[in-house]
Amino acid sequence: MIGIEHFVVVSSILFVLGVLGIFLNRKNVIVILMAIELILLSVNINFVAFSAFLGDLTGQIFAMFVLTVAAGEAAIGLAILVIYFRGRGTIAVDSVDRLKG
Amino acid sequence: MIQTIAFYLFAAMVIASGAFTILARNPVHSVLWLILAFFNAAGLMVIAGAEFIAMLLIIVYVGAIAVLFLFVVMMLDIDFAELRAGFMKNFPLGILIALVLLAELVLGVGAYRAGALHLGTPDGSAAPLLGRSNIESIGALLYGRYLFLFESAGIILLVAMIGAIVLTHRGARAVRGQQNISKQIARKPSEATVNTRPEVGQGVEL
Repeated sequence: MIGIEHFVVVSSILFVLGVLGIFLNRKNVIVILMAIELILLSVNINFVAFSAFLGDLTGQIFAMFVLTVAAGEAAIGLAILVIYFRGRGTIAVDSVDRLKG
Repeated sequence: MIQTIAFYLFAAMVIASGAFTILARNPVHSVLWLILAFFNAAGLMVIAGAEFIAMLLIIVYVGAIAVLFLFVVMMLDIDFAELRAGFMKNFPLGILIALVLLAELVLGVGAYRAGALHLGTPDGSAAPLLGRSNIESIGALLYGRYLFLFESAGIILLVAMIGAIVLTHRGARAVRGQQNISKQIARKPSEATVNTRPEVGQGVEL
């Protein structure tokens, strides 16, 4: 029988992979955004698993709100990426130092 | 039995495709691995008994977000080899931090297994409706108790949409260097040119 720990372990590994992705691809904003999506996905798996095992649907409702925020974040992030690329011709994160003042 | 096999299949696939997402050389491959990860996560959620969220995951993530990523990756002309320059340099530190984080998380699960942590008990107000499907129960909750939160989620999406449009919209291009033909024709040599005879070394005053 599949217990709650199984789901928690899978989502922990996915979360750690997302964090690792941010560290490894420090220059590439697109992959960083994808790693953030992985992190949000692992959080969603956690919410849904706990919701199912506790017999309380609030976790699934909350997972929907996480999904909403993930969609908004991806849209805004990619829009910023597009205008940044238009202005500078690159998306390397370490050249984002215009606001240093 | 079949449930256990399906769980391990989906779990292994979601972890493997998550790893390939962050390790792939080409971001297009990364997006495709990400789509596979979403599909398998949806499978995990079906096993847990949350069909609606699983289908929502496929529609929203695969149908909207992943396609958005693909559009952006293919639209921008980026030298991805250059962006991977620091990959091996960051590898040891990244692995170290990831292992520490994983150890902490697994420690939490171990503490729960040993009985040190207790899950909260739900008060039953959001329990699934008896004899109804998952989506019916979620709908009753979403349009009842969580109506205002649901509508504020809609407002968040509206703000995100307007923000993305405002950021990327170029607006009407300002017309530059337009010819005024009648002004050109009406111009006479007498008022356009001046004949001067400057002294040597004096220069011309314009």
